[in-house]
Amino acid sequence: MSTPEQAAAARQPADWRDFFALTKPRVMTLVIFTGLCGLLAAPGHINPVIGFATILCIAVGAGGAAALNQWWEADIDAGMKRTAKRPLPAGRMERESARDFGMALAGLSVLTMGLAAGWLCALILAGSIVYYALVYTVWLKPRTPQNIVIGGGAGAFPPMIGWVAVTGHITWMPVLLFLIIFMWTPPHFWALALFVKTDYAKVGIPMMPVVAGEKSTRRQIFAYSVLLLPLTLLPLFLPKADGGPGWIYGVSAGVLSTLFLLLAIRVGFRNRRDDDDTMKPEKQLFAFSVLYLFALFAALVADRWVPIIGGYL
Amino acid sequence: MSEPIDMDASKMEERKRIIAGRNKALGLVLLGLVVLFFAITIAKMGH
Repeated sequence: MSTPEQAAAARQPADWRDFFALTKPRVMTLVIFTGLCGLLAAPGHINPVIGFATILCIAVGAGGAAALNQWWEADIDAGMKRTAKRPLPAGRMERESARDFGMALAGLSVLTMGLAAGWLCALILAGSIVYYALVYTVWLKPRTPQNIVIGGGAGAFPPMIGWVAVTGHITWMPVLLFLIIFMWTPPHFWALALFVKTDYAKVGIPMMPVVAGEKSTRRQIFAYSVLLLPLTLLPLFLPKADGGPGWIYGVSAGVLSTLFLLLAIRVGFRNRRDDDDTMKPEKQLFAFSVLYLFALFAALVADRWVPIIGGYL
Repeated sequence: MSEPIDMDASKMEERKRIIAGRNKALGLVLLGLVVLFFAITIAKMGH
């Protein structure tokens, strides 16, 4: 019989694709997009190289945080069907490798961000990594059904970083962008949680539909969607010099947030008839929530750049 | 001293392939970092 050391030595080393998978590339696309929008919508000019480095650092930092998340949750991931094939629970990688990889990405991204875009951006990036890897993953997620509410803050930092990379300081607009994603996360995630049967309960993670029940989750989806509507309109009250958007964003935010609220009302006050229910309104809300965030931030960028491009034509 | 580990030829080949792939990926990342830091330095100098 072989010793554990021999068994470990006989196992194939982790492929580079496994390291790439640790960074959760699909989540990264949203982070890159919102970070880029924050950067493009901010008033001012940024050197394209510094802009590229900023976005790259946001992406690498998010990847590092994701790797640390999977290092910490390897046992939990092994107990759930959706995550059991990830590199760590599938046994394709040693835990220490994931931890070291995550720490290296996090450290490298913060250092490069500081040198390229400034130390305020680096501080926010470091804060977002600690927020996700420590506050959300280690502390909140196993303890409270509100985990996704507070944890949503981790995904809300990228547009703020992008904005601050251009302006050099934190004003109301990047704070509002942060709050918009913060408020958008619960209805987005809980809509998914309502129709996707996860085994969070089996591994002891207190997700809202499991702990508080479906009815309470539906009411909270509605509540956050109600708050989201005026929040997305608040930037219109900011002065243009501080990056306050104009009518393109205003009309888009009004239409998109109203549609979001209408879909959330259907979900919030619906009683599921039976277990064979197809959950169509919940699926529609989730699909729209993804489109919503992309469209809202694209409108913010269009609001700044359409008049500039129009001026050249 | 630990006993020699039995590893058949196909596993050995697979191991070599994985390590070669990792080396290439790491090399590309390091090259990318060199280019990135060079570009950042030039951009900062021109600022």
